[in-house]
Amino acid sequence: MRPSTIWYTLKQGIINIKRNWMFSLASILTMAACIFLVGVFYSLVTNVDNIAHKVEQEVPVTVFFDEGTTQEQMEEVGNLIQARPEVERIEFESAEQAWENFKDQYFQGSDAANGFRDDNPLVNSANYHVYLNQIEKQTELVSYIQGLEHVREVNQSEKAANTLGNFNKLVSYASMIIIAILLIISIFLISNTVSVGIAVRKEEIGIMKYIGATDGFVRAPFLLEGMVLGLIGAAIPLTVLYFLYNTTVEYILTRFNVLTGVVDFIPVWKVYQTLLPMGLALGIGIGLIGSFLTSRKHLRV
Amino acid sequence: MIDLIDVSKSYGKGLPAVNHVNLHVDKGEFVFVVGSSGSGKSTLIKLLMKELDCTSGQLIVSGERLEKMKHRRVARYRRKLGVVFQDFRLLKDRNVYENVAFAQRVIGRPTKVIRKRVPEVLQEVGLAEKYKSFPDELSGGEQQRVALARALVNRPDILLADEPTGNLDPKTSEEIMKLLEQINEKGTTVVVVTHNKEIVNAMKKRVLTMHDGVIISDEKEGGYHEA
Repeated sequence: MRPSTIWYTLKQGIINIKRNWMFSLASILTMAACIFLVGVFYSLVTNVDNIAHKVEQEVPVTVFFDEGTTQEQMEEVGNLIQARPEVERIEFESAEQAWENFKDQYFQGSDAANGFRDDNPLVNSANYHVYLNQIEKQTELVSYIQGLEHVREVNQSEKAANTLGNFNKLVSYASMIIIAILLIISIFLISNTVSVGIAVRKEEIGIMKYIGATDGFVRAPFLLEGMVLGLIGAAIPLTVLYFLYNTTVEYILTRFNVLTGVVDFIPVWKVYQTLLPMGLALGIGIGLIGSFLTSRKHLRV
Repeated sequence: MIDLIDVSKSYGKGLPAVNHVNLHVDKGEFVFVVGSSGSGKSTLIKLLMKELDCTSGQLIVSGERLEKMKHRRVARYRRKLGVVFQDFRLLKDRNVYENVAFAQRVIGRPTKVIRKRVPEVLQEVGLAEKYKSFPDELSGGEQQRVALARALVNRPDILLADEPTGNLDPKTSEEIMKLLEQINEKGTTVVVVTHNKEIVNAMKKRVLTMHDGVIISDEKEGGYHEA
């Protein structure tokens, strides 16, 4: 493409936006609302995911064995658990280790524990700590382990895991539905804006076609118009959200200072590593789709 | 330059707008197409512009088989044509220079070429002085000259003019026709659809008379016949 053609396309694209500024504004605002919600939900989901991941790592499922289970049988059960895809790692704790840990935790070096010196009260407490990589699968895994031979009891952090997992699922589904609806509205509005632009310039387009302009040449300013609308519609909410994110995190940590140290929010730059390219691509992509569909329909002369 | 072999064009179930037409126009010829309203003149021009597809027959223009042409090839084909309409079809928000330059811009000519060629062609149609004027500031004749300049700026093989004097007074019509004649003398094939009896009779060019989609007469130095 020649520089003069690129310049012409740019100029005409901007003129189109200015001519139909009311429609352009409506498209930009809808797009902005859509991308804003994408950003909010994305931030929420990644943060909850991050917290859930921590819980997954820190709160394991504990598996205890029947009395008289041999070391080999325990290892066999361990191997079966390890083979599950939702299991990240397992750690074995022998009865002796369990007692040592218990002592450390509850007697904290006092002599009271000496009464059990040669008699481990946790003799049947050899166990596996099972760490998951998918928190939502915990219940499924627990019922699987419960069905295994030699397994006496399974302790789990089911409530926390399920609550976080379900919350994330709910947020994901709700956000997907809302975003999908807004995406469709955005495409419709951009396509409408572009078709108004085409109607206004119908005569000019007719002349262009008689003179021998290619479809691509005629279409390019309209495609550019759609992409610029999408880009502006994405840039505004992404900028707003950038500042809003930090303010919100700060507010939550001050207002509920009990959470400090318990809940780790992902830093904004890390969220934006994905959100920024995703938001911009989404905006430009929707703009392009909306304008492409309309221009293809109206520009056959 | 133009060959129509048994070409027909139907819009619906009724009589075809162009009915089994055979025509041969040589390179550099000047041809008038006359006939009453609904005789098929405009359909014929639209077929030549590839705005319409013929229902049957063969259409060969400037070496291109139009009836077989794919949509994506049409733009390139149209660059071989210059087209002028009764209503001028100028862009009102652009001045004379920009209207003419527009024709070069859309086919991707570099700015350097445009700056050289546009004044040349404006000189040719006698509008060099008015290059800054907007269409609304010009008379009908001047607007048609701008349209002519726009049609000629890309040096077309064929100039198609659909009622070019339909909106003009007799004196201005004569001027426009003289201009078309000059363009023809420089080698461009010119096809003019018209109702203008006086001009057709005065110019003594080849005249095709159409009636009900059929060419009923084809005279070398003909005159205007009422069908």
